[in-house]
Amino acid sequence: MTGTVLSATSFYIISGALVLGVLLGLILMSKPEKARLGNALSAACTLIAIAVTMYNYQILPSKIIWASIAVGTVISLIAAAKVKMIQMPQVVALLNGFGGLASALVAIVSVFQAEDKFSSYTAAVALVIGFVTFTGSLVAAGKLHKLLPQKPVVIPAHTVIVVLLIIATVVCVIFNAPIWVTAILAAAFGIIFAIRVGGADMPITISLLNSLSGVAGGIAGIAVGNVLLVAIGGIVGASGLLLTRVMCKAMNRKLTGILLGSKLGTAKKEEPTAKAEAEEEEPKAAEETEAVEEAEEETAEEEAQEDEKEAPAEELSVGQILTQAKNVIIIPGYGMALAQAQSQVKELSDKLEAQGKEVRFAIHPVAGRMPGHMNVLLCEVDIPYDKLYEMDNINGDFADCDLVIIVGASDVVNPAANTAEGTPIYGMPVLNAADAKRIIVCNFDEKPGYAGVPNPLYTNPKTVMKLGDAKETVAELIAAF
Amino acid sequence: MQYILIGVFVVSAIVGYFIINNVPTLLHTPLMSGMNALSGITVIGALAVTAAEMHKAGYSKLSIVIGAVAIVLAMINVAGGFGITARMLKMFKKKGDD
Repeated sequence: MTGTVLSATSFYIISGALVLGVLLGLILMSKPEKARLGNALSAACTLIAIAVTMYNYQILPSKIIWASIAVGTVISLIAAAKVKMIQMPQVVALLNGFGGLASALVAIVSVFQAEDKFSSYTAAVALVIGFVTFTGSLVAAGKLHKLLPQKPVVIPAHTVIVVLLIIATVVCVIFNAPIWVTAILAAAFGIIFAIRVGGADMPITISLLNSLSGVAGGIAGIAVGNVLLVAIGGIVGASGLLLTRVMCKAMNRKLTGILLGSKLGTAKKEEPTAKAEAEEEEPKAAEETEAVEEAEEETAEEEAQEDEKEAPAEELSVGQILTQAKNVIIIPGYGMALAQAQSQVKELSDKLEAQGKEVRFAIHPVAGRMPGHMNVLLCEVDIPYDKLYEMDNINGDFADCDLVIIVGASDVVNPAANTAEGTPIYGMPVLNAADAKRIIVCNFDEKPGYAGVPNPLYTNPKTVMKLGDAKETVAELIAAF
Repeated sequence: MQYILIGVFVVSAIVGYFIINNVPTLLHTPLMSGMNALSGITVIGALAVTAAEMHKAGYSKLSIVIGAVAIVLAMINVAGGFGITARMLKMFKKKGDD
């Protein structure tokens, strides 16, 4: 490297120390009480990396550099302080996009500067991944922010176009096409693949884009010969991939199905062979969350079902059910967040606890629009995190539970997932709410989920349905005992 | 040299994967936004290429502008990502904390 102050060896040593710092930060992220320290440690390492780089390349006096850093920092700190927790998925998607574009731009400059073939090839690859991440993330953020249609948008010959774009892009990279051609193709690919992803598949998509933003950075690092960038890029890439896997598993969906647009419709018919492969294999049923949200979102429909709602559980009033229950599990879904009913839910939980009952929350992995989203929404209203249980840790406890209160969730509690072979949600891991002694459902309406599978829970004799805006129905529950 | 870098990429991905595997789903959203912030590390690549261009005799203004834009974007990622993550983690409280 020309124009650097530090010797290659010292740079390696410093990079190694910073990577260890980042990894230590990640280790701390595995405990909620230490996570803040972990985040601060990662931030400090990044800051040191920036300072070292500026020193190393002798650009500390450069006004352009300082101005660029200042602009980016100020913009983002203002935004970071303002963003609402429910908007987190689109913010993360947007930031991913910026990261991808930044890596792509680094790649462009290094294509100009490349002195050997290897650098120009790797730079071209970084450019492609960076642009795909950029446009894909913008589309995802647009969908999450409802600027774009949330339903999958399918253009004629969609899959053919996707495949052609991939081939064309690869050809461009191999034959060193002008970078603007490569960039346009990659950008088009990002749009075309993201536009087809439905709202319920968003957690998977943004996890994948998160991974890609890391990969783009890592490959840009290979192009410019910066070992620190390469290592961190690899870590981010792995993290995104891991989250993508977790989400796919929880939704019973295959990644390829989402990318190549396997439609709910196709899988809906029959999957006779699928059952043996248990949870992760079946390409289906992602839309279940969608179901919930659609149900919750469509304000128009509310009236329709009002009349059938009372399916009285053995004459007991809601108030009596609540009073008698000792052990309560609350299952929040994205519908709760859409209705902004978190505070009411917190109030309900406080009131139940004040009467000496045990209250826990069961969180399905795909509740929300990104991995772990529901936990953040509940912590925001001061629900202690030690009351939030992952599906696997609480699913065995439903049988001993006196009362389950479902707020804005449908498919993630649909027992048909365990029994109704051939339906899109069959095989998807669900919360065993049906095992509880009594169930209160505070959903917007009782339409089947997006997957179109009726939820037998709704007609179960032990269930009481409270239909309507979750904010009001939960408030009614609070008032009832 | 280049192959060493590819090796570094693979090894750090594997190590990262196993460490991150221990992060509970409870913290997946902050994890992701923290990762987001980390992906802004590409800022050091942006700084390096911009600096290299600046030090060249016949530097290209276009390259410097592109580099500067990359720095802005990557810094949004870094500062925004760590800022949001810190804000979120602050909300995670245990019973009786406050």
